[in-house]
Amino acid sequence: MQLDSLYQEVILDHYKHPQHKGLSSNFDAQVHHVNTSCGDEITLNITLEADIVSSLTWDGQGCSISQASVSMMSDLLLGKSINDASAILSSFCELMASKGTSTGDADLLEDAVAFAGVSKFPGRIKCALLGWMAFKDVVIQAQSK
Amino acid sequence: MPLSVEEIRKDFPIFERTVRDGKKLIYLDSGATSQKPNAVIDAESDFYRFHNSAAHRGVHQLAEEATDAYEGARETVATFLGAPGGSNEIVFTKSATEALNLLAYAMGNAAPGSRFALEPGDRIVVTEMEHHSNLVPWQQLAQRTGAELAWFEVTPDGRLDLSALDTVISHGTKVVALTHQSNVLGTINPLDEIVRRAHEVGAVVILDACQSAPHMRINVEELGIDFLAFSGHKALGPTGVGVLWGRINLLENLPPFLFGGSMIEMVTMTSATWAPVPQKFEAGVPNMAQAVGLAAALDYLTKIGMDNIHAHESALTGLLLDKLLAIDKVAVIGPTSNTERGSALSFTVSDIHPHDLGQFLDSQGIAVRTGAHCAWPLARRLNVSATTRASLYLYNDEQDCQALADGVVAAQRYFGSF
Repeated sequence: MQLDSLYQEVILDHYKHPQHKGLSSNFDAQVHHVNTSCGDEITLNITLEADIVSSLTWDGQGCSISQASVSMMSDLLLGKSINDASAILSSFCELMASKGTSTGDADLLEDAVAFAGVSKFPGRIKCALLGWMAFKDVVIQAQSK
Repeated sequence: MPLSVEEIRKDFPIFERTVRDGKKLIYLDSGATSQKPNAVIDAESDFYRFHNSAAHRGVHQLAEEATDAYEGARETVATFLGAPGGSNEIVFTKSATEALNLLAYAMGNAAPGSRFALEPGDRIVVTEMEHHSNLVPWQQLAQRTGAELAWFEVTPDGRLDLSALDTVISHGTKVVALTHQSNVLGTINPLDEIVRRAHEVGAVVILDACQSAPHMRINVEELGIDFLAFSGHKALGPTGVGVLWGRINLLENLPPFLFGGSMIEMVTMTSATWAPVPQKFEAGVPNMAQAVGLAAALDYLTKIGMDNIHAHESALTGLLLDKLLAIDKVAVIGPTSNTERGSALSFTVSDIHPHDLGQFLDSQGIAVRTGAHCAWPLARRLNVSATTRASLYLYNDEQDCQALADGVVAAQRYFGSF
């Protein structure tokens, strides 16, 4: 069933047990992103030490795809340099734009390759990208301080 | 008279196709847009095929035929709504959204001190259950004019709270704009008291009938309202056509909104005067094929009978309410009693986000709407970020309702208990 390619076990796991959820009290920058078509929301806090993402916490509400994606993203990008995080971000965006033709770069994306199936459902790509676009934004804001 | 859904479906070619790997299409999203019968598809394409020309322009035969077809459509809409002033009270727009914006912008163009002019101290009244298209234009008009925006709140069971009717519609209220039937809750709003009070203070009542006109008999005279908007595509008609009805004396006193060809009487290099209504509000070559398609849709609905359609939907709504409420963890957002209620039915299934539920139902061939349904303030009021909405029409039947209920239970199994 095609639906199973969308709802991978690891995605539902992250939805049920979100990682790094709960906003830190201290942060360099905070952003709030909303998917206007469905109302999903994410607030993302970041702290940078030198060039390293030393803290990445979030809170939000929404569908399994948006919430699992931000959970997996925070797991993946925490402790990475901004350069490495940007490369992972680009790789994830490419995967989302692949219309089901890519399986994703497992070296870079690790578990997040599970979102490959989402790229076959145009209505859900925004859900998967919500947290990642928030990350792109929050880094710019943290760096401009 | 009970409808024969089986016969009706034969008129809608889309039901011949399947979705998602051969699944039967179960279309429960008519509140977003309705499917189209052959009569409408043919009327629209026949206009292009045989009669296409610019209405109200030229003296050739095609121009005459196009004008007759377009003006004939106006007659059909006037009859459908029971317009007391006939077809001159019908303005074709591109959508109901445009019809409501037309009113808001035209009022904004009114000369200071005139009937429709708003200024600080005046009030515009809406409700908390409005679609964004009947809220944001009024917010903006209030901001532009300094008028105050006030609203009726919504009770937890999804009805309008009219306990402070006389305070909300205060002296100084110029406009009361509200929906006839909520696109989210299905609630059909009681109009008599609202209209009485609005007229007592000299306000006009503007009715958003997008979710009611396609589903029940409307008679603007009986409703006692002053303006009404509805969209063609939700009433079996084509996209790209909406209707504004207004009382003739009000339309005559309302300044134009869009300016250009067709809407003028005389033009010099520095000034212009306006054509009579409804042309005053129809600048540019009109959406003729769409108006003709809409007339075919209204003829189709009228032939089946609006009371029959309403009775059919009402019976199905009762059935669907019972089926959904019988499922563990399902909550209906809106009236759970099947009185003063239309066939838009929103619900949540705890632990399953509407987006995920909608995706699962889609895999079963069931088309529903998910999200906030262009009514964010209402969603916030009811403390839900999103809901799943099923909306019924004349081509739905008991099996569709059963399929949805079965689909919800299957989704609960699929996603497990979060």
